[in-house]
Amino acid sequence: MSATTPVPRQQKSAAFEYLTTRKDEFVGWARKFSLFPYPFVTACCAMEFMSVSSTLYDTDRFGAALPRFTPRQSDLLMVVGTVSHKQAPILRKVYEQMCEPKWVIAFGVCATSGGFYQNYAALPGIDKIIPVDLYIPGCPPRPEMVIDGIMKLQDKIAGERHPIINQDF
Amino acid sequence: MGTGENLLERVQASLGAQALETGMAHGILVLQITAESLVPVAGRLKQEFGFDLFLDVTATDWPQRRPRFDVVYHFYSARDFVRVRLKTQVEETDPTVDTLVPLYGSARYMERECHEMYGIRFRGNDDLRPLLLYEGFVGHPLRKDYPKQREQPLVPYRDVKP
Ligand code: SF4
Repeated sequence: MSATTPVPRQQKSAAFEYLTTRKDEFVGWARKFSLFPYPFVTACCAMEFMSVSSTLYDTDRFGAALPRFTPRQSDLLMVVGTVSHKQAPILRKVYEQMCEPKWVIAFGVCATSGGFYQNYAALPGIDKIIPVDLYIPGCPPRPEMVIDGIMKLQDKIAGERHPIINQDF
Repeated sequence: MGTGENLLERVQASLGAQALETGMAHGILVLQITAESLVPVAGRLKQEFGFDLFLDVTATDWPQRRPRFDVVYHFYSARDFVRVRLKTQVEETDPTVDTLVPLYGSARYMERECHEMYGIRFRGNDDLRPLLLYEGFVGHPLRKDYPKQREQPLVPYRDVKP
């Protein structure tokens, strides 16, 4: 506890003042950590969705926590649960309202393939009506599987092309 | 249980004449009645015996049997905690029974569901639009002759190129 002399400000060094990267890598890196999910939650998988997004498992660590309850502000559509034929037009409309770039996760076996519902009421997999980027099987999937799925989607986003002005750039 | 059993005995004694058959199944009194006596019997159950809650109406499909369908009603007495079941048979060619909406308002939706799932018509119920199904759905999915995997999608499926 003696009188101190002010610590000298750190010398500016030339290291890491700038770095070079490829545009696609840079945009992909930014996008993969700012996923805004829109939860299209219809059935029992919702319980598992709540568990994976709350404290114990915490998808916030992957930058995919803050759900947007309007499709216009989100870029990740998570279809969680059984989708019936009667709901299919709604799902289709929600997907169409999302702005590019957008990704879709089929969460649980019902969204993936209809699961054990093979009847007059259930849509046998949401990929019959909208494109899907990632399937997470399980009835319901374990939180670890969901996290694994989100990380796989992030890898996919990081490796994609990300045109921002036109198709070529 | 004491009052409940007494009540069922009294119901059986007093409505037995209007029933084709009576019996107990799993602790529930079952009255088999004709389609014509449905409304009078249900009315007496409500007014004289205090069955104030309409639980359900559904149907059973017996494809080999003539008449083909049973229409099955359940009523509950919230005062005595007992249930009673009414069954009536209808033909496939004219699957019609009278509505119970004037007695129990809640019958309105349950009759709608029974209508779309089994094709039973409820004479006097003016709103038999699809409830769980959608406009344009052909057939009645809970009938035994509805093919198990027949789908009627509302959104056309995508062509997926492998
Ligand atoms: S996959 Fe299983 S848990 Fe998930 S919605 Fe379907 S039935 Fe429910």
